[in-house]
Amino acid sequence: MSEVTLRSVTKRFKDNHAIKRLDLTIADGEFVILLGPTGAGKTTTLRLIAGLERPDQGTITIAGEDVTMQPPSTRDVAFVFQQYSLYPHLSVYENLAFPLRLPARRIGKAEIDRRVWETAKLVRIDHKLQNRATQLSGGEMQRVAIGRALVRQPAIYLMDEPLSSLDAKLRGDLRLELKRIQQELGATLLYVTHDQIEAMTMADRIGILKDGELVQIGTPRQVYTQPANLHVASRLGQPTINLLPQGLLPDADLPAGTRTVGARTEHLRIEKANNGNTDGVVDRIELLGDQNHLHISLQDRKLITLSPPDTALSPGDKVTIRYRNPLCFDAEGNRLAGRVA
Amino acid sequence: MSLTTAHSVVVPSQTSKRIAGTIVILYALISIVPLLWIFATSVKTPPDSIAYPPKIMFQPSVEGYCNLFTTRTRQTPEYIESLPPAANFCDEVARKRNMVIAGPSNFVPRFVNSLVIAFGSTFCAVFLGTLAAYGFSRFKVPLADDLLFFILSTRMMPPIAVAIPIYLMYRELGLSDSALGMILLYTAVNVSLAVWLLKGFIDEIPREYEEAAMIDGYTRLQAFWKVVLPQATTGIAATAIFCLIFAWNEYAFAALLTSGQAQTAPPFIPQIIGEGGQDWPAVAAGTTIFLVPILVFTILLRKQLLRGITFGAVRK
Repeated sequence: MSEVTLRSVTKRFKDNHAIKRLDLTIADGEFVILLGPTGAGKTTTLRLIAGLERPDQGTITIAGEDVTMQPPSTRDVAFVFQQYSLYPHLSVYENLAFPLRLPARRIGKAEIDRRVWETAKLVRIDHKLQNRATQLSGGEMQRVAIGRALVRQPAIYLMDEPLSSLDAKLRGDLRLELKRIQQELGATLLYVTHDQIEAMTMADRIGILKDGELVQIGTPRQVYTQPANLHVASRLGQPTINLLPQGLLPDADLPAGTRTVGARTEHLRIEKANNGNTDGVVDRIELLGDQNHLHISLQDRKLITLSPPDTALSPGDKVTIRYRNPLCFDAEGNRLAGRVA
Repeated sequence: MSLTTAHSVVVPSQTSKRIAGTIVILYALISIVPLLWIFATSVKTPPDSIAYPPKIMFQPSVEGYCNLFTTRTRQTPEYIESLPPAANFCDEVARKRNMVIAGPSNFVPRFVNSLVIAFGSTFCAVFLGTLAAYGFSRFKVPLADDLLFFILSTRMMPPIAVAIPIYLMYRELGLSDSALGMILLYTAVNVSLAVWLLKGFIDEIPREYEEAAMIDGYTRLQAFWKVVLPQATTGIAATAIFCLIFAWNEYAFAALLTSGQAQTAPPFIPQIIGEGGQDWPAVAAGTTIFLVPILVFTILLRKQLLRGITFGAVRK
């Protein structure tokens, strides 16, 4: 049982509010990802749980125990940093063994050796155990860094953008591996990123942070299809959701109070205008390979959406655009629950 | 290949390399000539050492070294005749000059004093400096900037300006002419340099390493020992050399505060001049031996020293 809870945790740096009354519960064995832009308080949240920062208010509990005032060494957590993750003066083996070598842990030499090998195989680095940490490639380093967290069985793993310094292909590979490992171990994991694909693909639940506040938390499906407000809606989806003022397109049957309409690709029906009834003009078609980005001018607005690679549209074409169950937001930017039939 | 080297902006051309090489060699020669001259003088006989024009070619002799390590008294030729045959080379040389070796000189104890005081104070300065620098680097120290400036300001006065107050204080405290007093003094002077140099080195070590170790269960002190120190060895070595060179070469305080028991080599060597004529080979021999420890230390740690000199200029 290693549930982690934060109760109305607040942290200020000088006069900057890093975290505002944050409430968050991470259940045992759950993979929670905090998503947000730089400065949203993601890293601060991790550092508060790890004990590297003390909260100004609120309590943090790990496995039922109040750890708010405890130093990092007595909390049972593991941390993967964004960079500088390996001790450069040690070999890969020594890096992995470092957390186990703590005299207070009293782990025997054979046991350390066994666990280092086991972990090295798990993160697929067992062929480089004798290398110095600085001789590894970026992906290998990050695998060792994750391994160094996995070599222990802490109450919770905290990961601070562990994949952000890697190239796209490696990031994709490690994403899959990390999810596999987490499921194999049944580990409780709090992961921080600004990459929505990482969040959508790996998380059991996604929490959206903005200016130190948790705007919404839910399953990837929930936060994607039922975003609480404009901020959440615009964090998720590729290309970014189109936010159009009410009245720009025919939208008579949208709920009362709608000020802004949010339309992703799946919320739009775009057809070539054939009876002189045009809403917009195709500006540009960007080839992505598997699909296209369709840029459309809509009076003085721009609209970007995906289209199949074999689309019949070409630049200059006049099109009609209709909503298909779009997301509707009121004057404050909160989503209106009612949807078109 | 030819494309990249022919008109490269960053790779120096052959000509500029040659010019730079020539300048460096010339400078090295100019720097090394006095040292070679001192060594040459140390293996000359006293008449050769003051010959004019100076002798480049000469019959080498270890008389200077004999004189450095011994004290001699002048005797009548009749007395010397009556002695048993010379026991060793130094005896023989002394007798040729109508002298008899009376006993060992103070050079060895003075040299040992220098070693004890210089290495002792270097150890203390680097030890204290590392801890202080770590504190300044990692913790929120109240008035940190003012404190650091204060530490630096202790180096701003010429040492001789504070020599008399220190002399008076040391007399009151019973620290004058003691190795402990000299170690304390050199530590106090060097610790400011050590704090400043080491703070720069420790600032460069990302604090994530210690944080990672602390999360892994290590205390801050354990993390410092296992993670920070191994990565700071370059900085510590460079700082140690600077401190050692200062403490080893220091003359003004040593001349003022030590006269007997705790006297170091720098004030002792010029005293040789006064003992029975101007014995330049002995002075040169003392200087040559005096240079050896620093030379060895510097060669052993030359990589770190270079890193220390170019400190701040090279970033990863």
